[in-house]
This record gives sequence, C-alpha cells and structure tokens, in this order.
Amino acid sequence: MNSIKNQEPTSETIRLEARFQNYVDGENKVEPKDWMPGAYRKTLIRQISQHAHSEVVGMLPEANWIGRAPSLRRKVALLAKVQDEAGHGLYLYSAAETLGVDRRELLEELLAGKAKYSSIFNYPTPSWADMGAIGWLVDGAAIANQVMLCRTSYGPYARAMVKICKEESFHQRQGYEIMLYLSKGTPAQKAMAQDALNRWWWPSLMMFGPNDAESPNSAQSMRWKIKRKSNDELRQEFIDKTVPQAEFLGLSIPDPELRWNEARGHYDFGPINWEEFKQVVAGNGPCNRERLEARRKADEEGRWVREAANAYAQKQAQRRAQTSEVA
Amino acid sequence: MEAHNDNWKIWEVFIRSKNGLSHKHVGSLHAPDAEMAIKNARDVYTRRSEGISIWVVPSESITSSAPDEKDELFAPADDKVYRHPTFYDIPDEVGHI
Repeated sequence: MNSIKNQEPTSETIRLEARFQNYVDGENKVEPKDWMPGAYRKTLIRQISQHAHSEVVGMLPEANWIGRAPSLRRKVALLAKVQDEAGHGLYLYSAAETLGVDRRELLEELLAGKAKYSSIFNYPTPSWADMGAIGWLVDGAAIANQVMLCRTSYGPYARAMVKICKEESFHQRQGYEIMLYLSKGTPAQKAMAQDALNRWWWPSLMMFGPNDAESPNSAQSMRWKIKRKSNDELRQEFIDKTVPQAEFLGLSIPDPELRWNEARGHYDFGPINWEEFKQVVAGNGPCNRERLEARRKADEEGRWVREAANAYAQKQAQRRAQTSEVA
Repeated sequence: MEAHNDNWKIWEVFIRSKNGLSHKHVGSLHAPDAEMAIKNARDVYTRRSEGISIWVVPSESITSSAPDEKDELFAPADDKVYRHPTFYDIPDEVGHI
C-alpha cells in the first residue's frame, strides 16, 4: 500500500475508497487487517496515540497528591485511579499498534516533545480540591468524548474505549465525592472547592477542541465515523450535564453569561479563550515543560527495570535450555 | 541488548472470566517472556476481577485468514441453507422437533 502513497490516486484506489466509505456508512466495523485508506490509518494512529499519551501524562497532576491525600480512603482511591490511567494508556498503545506502528516510536515522539496530548494536563494542581475538580470535570469531559468513541468505526479502538468507559465511571464519582465533602465542609474548604472549579472550568471546556467551524479535520473524521459527534455538540452535552451538578454542590460556575435557554433546551455560555488554548497546545502552558521532564525522568529511571527484566528472561531461557539438554 | 522494551515481543492476551466460559481475546501487551507477560496481563487486564485464568500467546505465532479472501473462504457456506433447521418443512401438528 505504501507504494501508492505519493502517486495520483489510481482508479483502483478510488474504487477501494468508495467501497470503504460504503462499508463504514453501513455501520460496519473496520478490523486491523482490512483494507483502509492511508489517511484513515494515519488519522487513527495520530488520534489513538495522542489519546494514549494523554492517559500517561494525565497521571502526573494527580500523582502529585498521592503522598498527601487527606485520608487512607482518599489515598487508595487516587492510587487506583492513577494506576487505571497507566492501564488505559497501555490499552490505547495496544490499539495503535494494530495499525502497524511501534509503541516505542510513539513514546519517543512524546519524549521528544513532538507528539501532542490533552492540553488540560499542562495545568498545575496546587490544592487537594484539584483532585476533586479533575475527577469531576476533566474525567467528566473525557467520559463524554469516550462514550462517543465506544461507537467509533475502528474495532480495536472501540473495544479499548468500552473497557476504559467502564473504569472511568469510578474516577468521576470519586472526584465529585471529594467536591461534595469540601463544599459541605468549613468555609475554608468550600472556598478551596470553588477556587478549583474556577481554575478547571474553562480548560475543561477546551478539552473538546476548537469550535466546529475551526476544526477542519473533524468533518472527515465524522464521515469515516471515527468521531460520531462534533466538538461543539459534546461540549454542550457536558455543560448541560455539569451545571446542575455544580448547583447541587452550591458552587458557582465562573461564567457570567451562563444561563438556561428555554428555546434551545440548552445552557448558553460565554466565549472560550481560544488564545489560551492555542498557547497551551503550542507548549506554553503553565506545566508543559515540567510534564515532559517528568516523563523523561520516569523513562530514564525505569531503564534498569527493563534491563533487569531482560536479563531475567534470558537467564530463565538459558536454564530451560540446559535442563532440556540434560534430559 | 538495547534496554528499551520495544525489543520485547507483543503477546496477545486471552482471559477466562469464569469456569464454563471460553478464554476471550482482550488485547495485547509487551513482555520479555511468557512468565512476565502473564504478570503484566494480570495488572493490565484483570484489575477488577475480570478473570480466573489467563492465556498469553506471542502475536507472531498467530496465523490469521486473509481479509481479502473472506468472500472465497466463507461464501461456500452461504448457499447451503439445508444445513439449517428452518430448511425442513414439518407440519405444526407434529409439535416441537
């Protein structure tokens, strides 16, 4: 297939692409060895690897609080959540590898600062309430996106998403529970919860990506049924679901223009600061450098474990060989 | 030997959720040998009691049928309706058969 990549599409390619579109339109799933357009494969590799990187980098803001969790109950929950995120990264790299890429190549791109991951993880977590806000809002936004992706046209990606969605539900509930305790606590605790909501609200809305009109790749992804809902649709869904949850907490969402629109049946909301989004995506967010440095350090410090595992595997193989010679 | 785990084989993981059911494919992972593949699979794929038994198989050991030959391979079964019970006419009076 690579040989035709840089040439004019042949009539055979056009025929195959039309057949592929027809197949996808019929709500059929694409599996690894099926023929697929080169651009479909490329889009998926980019999207799934960015998603995997987001899970891996997403461990860092929360890992910051594992050692300082206020109780054992909170600590085991946070540990389990961060461990899940490592697992989700692995499911996703595994799905990406079915498309013919190597996991190490993808990781090298991340460590070199060439790969993107969700911009939300470049914000800092200075207070315990941030653990609540991340679980409630960031995982809430991620779930909205991931529930949609359970129906994505690429089989291995869809299957990974089903598994991830089942596990994420606990992430959001534990976050909301933290917010609930703080907002029903002392005035200082409630202020802490409100402060976290103030800082995480807008970055959470940015997680859905640019407005549909500004998102040229989206239309193609929708045609291929990689995406099933547009950025703006998902963002609106998330807002409509989250506003009543904030009201229950007695916290206020930091948007003076937020109000229920009876005619639309949705909440109206104020403009998003896309300049901030662009800056964070471009690497100029508050923690971009810190996150990559932490990943590089973890990769370097894990080297001896990988070496030891290799040495152990070799020794075991030698022993087995010797034993069979004796026998 | 390069220390990175990209030299590690890819293993396909199959989990039996309970006795009485077959092992089912759940995904893949990297590991230097079978024993560590089982240990990794325990952590990656059974964090919530999803299984009571794990199989790991090197991906390279799996031979699969070619998707392009799907039609030739499976079409012969499509026109053999007489392999299905509904092909045979049995009067209602006979009852369930």
